[in-house]
This record gives sequence, structure tokens and C-alpha cells, in this order.
Amino acid sequence: MKHLLSIDDLGVDDIHTIFETAAEMHDVQHRSVKKLPALRGRTVINMFFEDSTRTRSSFEIAGKWLSADVINISGKGSSASKGESLRDTVLTVCAMGVDGLVIRHPASGAARQVSEWVDAVVVNAGDGMHEHPTQALLDAYTLQRRLGSLEGRHVAIVGDLTHSRVFRSNVKCLAKLGAEVTVVAPPTLMPAGVEAWSSAAGFATSYDVDEVLPKADAVMMLRVQRERMSGGYFPSPREYTVGYGLTRERLAMLQPEAPICHPGPMNRGLEIAPEAADAAASVVLDQVSAGVAVRMSVLYHLLAGEESA
Amino acid sequence: MNQLVVKGASLPGGETADLLVEDGLIREVGKVDAPKARVIEAGGLVALPGLVDLHTHLREPGREDAETVLTGSQAAAVGGYTAVFAMANTDPVTDTAEAAERILDLGRMAGLVDVHPIGAVTRGLAGEELAELGLMARSRARVRVFSDDGRCVSDARVMRRALEYVRTFGGVISQHAQDPDLAGPTACCHEGELSGRLGLPGWPGVAEEVIVARDVMLARHTGSRVHVAHVSTAGSVEVIRWAKAQGIDVTAEVTPHHLLLTTDLLSGYDPTFKVNPPLRPDEDVEVLREALADGTIDAVATDHAPHARHDKEHAFADAAFGMLGLETALPVVSTVMVATGRMSWADVARVMSTAPARIAGLAQEGSQGRPLEPGEPANLTLVDPAGELTVDRDASVSLSRNNPWHGRRLTGTVHATLLRGVPTVLEGKLQ
Amino acid sequence: MPAAQADPAHPDPGPDEGRTVLDARDVSRALTRISHEILERNRGPEGLLLLGIHTRGVPLAKRIAEKIAAVEGTPVGVGALDVTMYRDDLRSHPTRGPQRTEVPATGVDGTVIVLVDDVLFSGRTIRAALDAVSDLGRPAAVRLAVLVDRGHRELPIRADHVGKNLPSARTERVGVRLAEIDGYDEVRISTMEESA
Repeated sequence: MKHLLSIDDLGVDDIHTIFETAAEMHDVQHRSVKKLPALRGRTVINMFFEDSTRTRSSFEIAGKWLSADVINISGKGSSASKGESLRDTVLTVCAMGVDGLVIRHPASGAARQVSEWVDAVVVNAGDGMHEHPTQALLDAYTLQRRLGSLEGRHVAIVGDLTHSRVFRSNVKCLAKLGAEVTVVAPPTLMPAGVEAWSSAAGFATSYDVDEVLPKADAVMMLRVQRERMSGGYFPSPREYTVGYGLTRERLAMLQPEAPICHPGPMNRGLEIAPEAADAAASVVLDQVSAGVAVRMSVLYHLLAGEESA
Repeated sequence: MNQLVVKGASLPGGETADLLVEDGLIREVGKVDAPKARVIEAGGLVALPGLVDLHTHLREPGREDAETVLTGSQAAAVGGYTAVFAMANTDPVTDTAEAAERILDLGRMAGLVDVHPIGAVTRGLAGEELAELGLMARSRARVRVFSDDGRCVSDARVMRRALEYVRTFGGVISQHAQDPDLAGPTACCHEGELSGRLGLPGWPGVAEEVIVARDVMLARHTGSRVHVAHVSTAGSVEVIRWAKAQGIDVTAEVTPHHLLLTTDLLSGYDPTFKVNPPLRPDEDVEVLREALADGTIDAVATDHAPHARHDKEHAFADAAFGMLGLETALPVVSTVMVATGRMSWADVARVMSTAPARIAGLAQEGSQGRPLEPGEPANLTLVDPAGELTVDRDASVSLSRNNPWHGRRLTGTVHATLLRGVPTVLEGKLQ
Repeated sequence: MPAAQADPAHPDPGPDEGRTVLDARDVSRALTRISHEILERNRGPEGLLLLGIHTRGVPLAKRIAEKIAAVEGTPVGVGALDVTMYRDDLRSHPTRGPQRTEVPATGVDGTVIVLVDDVLFSGRTIRAALDAVSDLGRPAAVRLAVLVDRGHRELPIRADHVGKNLPSARTERVGVRLAEIDGYDEVRISTMEESA
């Protein structure tokens, strides 16, 4: 496996290997010397065409703790900036001698397209609405540490599915690990063609969050952007919270040990009540620390060994 | 004596004949004896009236790095075309008589095909005020086809006024049917299972269908005629079929790519396949083929849309829309429709020459899309029905390389093109 | 117990190849002598931390720790050290996942670490182990105990305690089998040509 562009690039064994290595990497976070020399001399560029302090700093720490040289570049790439094509932009950056390119871009498919243009190893840090594979890996890793094996566990994913790359990656990753996934959203926020897709891919869909939550072994709340409200997808934030938010009442409906995930940043009071965000069951902070360990594991497996074909 | 004989060609009607061409006209059809004439051997070849493209983008003025009237004319001639209609979304937009005449003159200087400028429906393609349609019609360019293609004339009131106005000079509005509220500026992929899975902003078929439905009702109400550009969905075909049955004066065109390519090609996010309207699923493609064969769709039009490499080498959602089409249109139609027995060469003559010429008013004035008979202008295309072609994008005469057919094997090639008796292409090569 | 990771650079001889250098009783006597040497050198068990290097160093370290505890009557610190990340040959092989590094919760500062490994050959593994240890903390001293020293050092590394000195040709292969991993105790040596 040369790149990590999508969860499709990983088999079940690959995911387990990444998790095992991540568990070892997790220990490094607690040492006084937070360094492993495995990627010494490798250069990794974080090329973010879309703002994200959280994911970018997670990748930056991951690379630096593995002793790689990490450089952050903000790309201004939108259809408005003509003249230099995306291809020219990434080739110019990689011409400096880059081993790994971690790329986040507002357009779906960008990571895949870039991987066809450059020699470097490409890690997709989020491409439009398409995928965010390291997020799904850290979510599943966090759930596995809380619940043990995910085989046969019911996981509910709730929120704006149409626009969510976290959902698209998670639904694939959890299915590979044997979990049973039900996704919940209002009809206007369900992706086009989801009926055909869900029956082929083996996940269930529902418009009724109250029916799904009590049966869930774990819940993943997705961020809802307020802009979607004005885009005509949903009448108002208040209606969304009452219909689909993880309110205090719904928190009580959950099984007591069921972990609550959120990829962040959270809209407290909109899709998740503060009580839920801060509940003992909330694993949001675990997700953040898992994120560094999982990204260290991914960077290690892609960049430390001999280059595959 | 500038005589030329096309020897032993198969005519659309089925019979084999020689054609004697002199001074730009067909003089004789049948057994020709003209010892001093230049001979073009056409045994095994099909002779069609010169192809007419109702929908082409020549990019000049404004984007001469992507294509010019000259290079576009070359591509058209290689594709068997003797007339092309150049869309108005140039820079500046073709919304005045002067701009239209400029394009006419560029086409004449190139001298390879008859270039007819299309006039914008609205000033600057802004969709608000009518452009000087009458002045463009009276100019030397004699504009008859008007289109804001690239954009939809979405304001119903503006569309109504435009339909009423062009009646005075027998003009026609070619509508790019795309409701901007249902398929907005980011829409780039047929809205369906694939767009849902890939996370690409969807362009639902209904965004085309609601405009087609509205426009046929407006055409009925105004007693005018309307032309639907690049029909892409089964639903649009249904509406057009109904409208024709009602006697509404509507015509329609389909592109070669919508007859063969489907939305699954987008799964690799290759912007070569990004086009507006988008590639649709199999079900729609099948209906489009039937509709072309049965006449519900009147014509094939290429929507040839050249783009410089740097405009395509972007993330899919940011890349420019459009594909090349002039050089490959005939081979695609031949492969998809004739080789499969759905259409005859006479049908091809109808959809690629006589019908588009009639829609644009050229047939009536006698210049293009005429029957292959004595007295008619010698605009013809010789096709080798068995010719095999593996498309090589780098062998194209267009300035651009955004070619969705690269590497594909097609059957049916253009052997020669004659513009008023002068060969512009022989043995597939420009003269 | 994780499966023993094959070292692609030094494949072990199979059970029928070559000759036995140490049988089970020899291994036991060697470990007993090493345990006494460690105690003698350290003047007792104070501050000792036996760190076995994956893979077969780990059970060896445990055995030595048990023998020391039996002699002194007090338990002595024991753990495991993974050196995968510190190897100098990472780029020339496909990536290998790391194994568990286990050290006491009190850390390694001030301890006398005795690294334990089965075979000492080029010395590169020990060099990597020293780097790994320095990232864990600052021990008072680091010593090295190995079951077999087969010579051919490529770095200035030497063992403090050796079970058996086994001069070997570079082309020969030395393999250690331990009950905890392989079911029986043995040290074999064979030439490359004898392999199937």
C-alpha cells in the first residue's frame, strides 16, 4: 500500500496492524522524551488547502515525534485562482524533495488526483465530502479500546451525512471491523442514492434517532454546519436539535457504557448537549490523543520501510 | 476545367453512383464520364451531405490558448463537417452585430468550414436583458441561432420575450436547460448513488427536465419554436416526445458523449469526464439512443469544448467543464448507432446534416444539408464505414487535449470532406 | 505471547541442520552462571533492571530474574525492550510493527540496566537498544548479558556476561530455541549450504 487515500486502501489485517502499532506509539506520548527516530531524515509536508488547526497539528506532532522534518504549507486552491493548476502547485512543492504529502482539500477526490501526479507518498487528511481515513481509524481505535472488539457491535452515526467525509470513511472502516452501523439523518441530509448504496455496503439508514439510540453500543455525533440551515436543508437549528440532537433526554436513553464520539469541533447545544459532551461516556478527548498515535502509526507504516513499488 | 469526380460512392438512399462536381456544385449523379476530371476513389465509402454542427465552442476571441477559429475549423473539417455554429460564450461575448461579423470573417479567412456565429440571447449572458438579436440577424453574419449556452436562460419572463422576439426573423433559441436553483454553481456530477458515495455535488436530472417542460409550454404559448441543447436525461426525452405529439415546435440535439459515456467514468475523479450537463447512468443513455433513432431527438451536436491543460488539471470540482468532440463525432455515432443496426447511413445524414441545417435555416436558404443531387452545393462527407480508429489524443488537430475518447477503438472514419467542391480533407488528412 | 519475528537478515537453522552447541542443560547452567556474575559485578541485587530485547531476550531475562530472586530472596526488576524504531536498517526492509516495551512504572532513571539478548553478532541491535534506553531515561549504568557471542562485531560493542563464546564463520547460522517460544531449549550452528 503506497498511499492512504481512502479506507478502501486498507484490508482488515492492515487496520489491525495500524492499531497495534498505534498502541505502542501511544506510550510515547507519556514519556519525558517524546521521540522515536523511525522517520529521521524523512520530509513530510502538510499541505492544507482548507483550514484545520486540529488535524494539521495532530499530523505535525505525529511526524515530529517520529523525528521527521515536518513543514506546513497553506495552499490557496480554489476554482477562483486560475493560472496555476493544482497539478502545478503540488509538483512544485514536491520538487523540493518530499517523502510524504499530507493533503487536505475542499474538493472530493483531490487526494486521489494528487497521488497520480506526484512521486511522494500521499495521505488524505480530508478531501471535500469524500473521505477522512485517519479520522475513521482513530474513531474505531478509540471505540475498540473502550469496548474491546467491534465485531457485532451496533454503532449509530447521526448528523449531516450528505456533506460528511467522516461518515463516508467511518461507515467503511466500521463495516470492515465487523460492526453493524445505522446512520441517522433527516431526509434532506441523507446522501443521494443512499438506499442503493446502503444495501450494497451493508449499513442501515433511519430518520428516527429515538428508535436507534437505545440499541446502540456506541454513538458518533457529526458536526452540523449552521450554513446548511440557510441552504434550505433544515428549517432551523432548534428544530434540528429537537429532532436529531443528542439532548439530555436522549443521553438518558443511551446504554450507560456506550461511548459518545464526535470528530470535533463541537457545536455545543446544537447537535450535542453540553451534558453529553462532558459525560463520562464521552470519548472526545481520547479521540484527540488517539489521533496522534494513529497518525504516527500511519506515517510509520507508509514511510519508514523500504519503498514499495 | 475544375472538375472532380467522386467515384463509386454509396449514397444515403443505398444506390452506388459517381458524383461529378464542378464550380462548387454537384453537376451529375450516376455514371459519370469525365476523363479530364480529378478523381477521388470512393469505392466502399458512404457519401453523406456535409455534416453540420449546431453546437461548437471555438473559444476565439478570448481563449486562443485553448482553440482558435482556425484550429477549430481544422478539427471540424477532419471530423467531416462543412458548417459549424460557434457558441457565443467567448470573451467578449458575441452579443452584438460587430462581434458576430468578426467571427464570420475569421471563419472565412480560415476557409475550411462555414463558421456561423451564434448570438447570445441576453447581454453578456447575464440572463437579464435581451441582446441586440435583431441587429445580429441583420448583420453580414445573418445570425439565426441564439443561445446563452454555458448558462441557462432561467428567468421565465426573459425566455418568453426572447421566444416572441425571434419570430420576426425566423430565429431559434437554443436553450442550455439547467435550473440554477436545482443544479447550482458547484454541481458537477449526476446526482445519484455515485455522487452520494464519492461526495461530489450533484446535478439532478430534474434540473434539466423542469426547464425543458417550461420552455415547451412557453413555445406553445408564444407560437414560437425552441431548441433544446445537449439533451441528457430520459425525463427530458419524455417531455419532448409529448410536446411534439401536441404539435409544439420543439427540436432537440444530443452529444456523441451522452450517447456512449456514463457517469461511472467519474469514479476515478478524472476531470476529462467532467462536462455540463454531466454524464448520466446507463438507463438515460439507452433512452437517448432510442430517441435519436426514432427522431424524437432531431440532431447530433458535438458541444466541442476545448480547454487548456491548466484549466483541467484541478481537483474535480474546480476543473473546467467540457470535452473535445468535432473529430470523433462521426466515428462515435457510427460505432454506437450504425454498427449496432439502430440507424442507417440515411438516418445519419438526417441527424448530422439535414436536420441541423434545417433547424438553423441553412437548408431553406440552400447552402447546407441539401440532398446529393444535381444543382446542389457540393458539400459532402465521405465515410469509410469499416474504417477502424484507435483514438490518440495527441494526434488531434485541436489545440487542446481534453479528449474523453483517448485509447478507445471506434468503427467508421471520415475519409474526405468537400466544402463547395474543394476537398478540405482527403484520406483523413487536412489539405 | 506475540509470535517470534523472523529476522530476514539472519534466518535460523532448521531443527535438522548443523550441530547442537548447547543442549537444554547447558543453557540452564549458562544462565545460572550469568545470574551469579551479574550479582557479583553489581555486588547484590540493588537497582538491577533486567531488560530483555525482543524476541528471545525477553524469556531469557525472565529466567535470569527468577534465578537471581531465588538466590537473593528478593524480586528483581525485569522488563522488555523493543528496538524496532531504532534499527539502522529500517529503510532496507518492509516496515515491521513494533512490539511491547515494558518497564516498571518507576522508570529507568538511576537503575542498573542489564540488557539481555540471545545472540550477539554485529552489535547493531545493541546499539539500537542503547538509543532506545536513552529515550526512556537515564540509567546509572547499562550492561549487557548474552547467551551466545558469535563474534564479527561491526561496532565497538562488547558483552559483560557471556553464556558461551562461539567463534563462527560469517557464512554459518546460529539459532537459539527456547521453551517459552519454541517448546525446547537448544543452540544450533549450521552452514548456509546445509539448508534445504
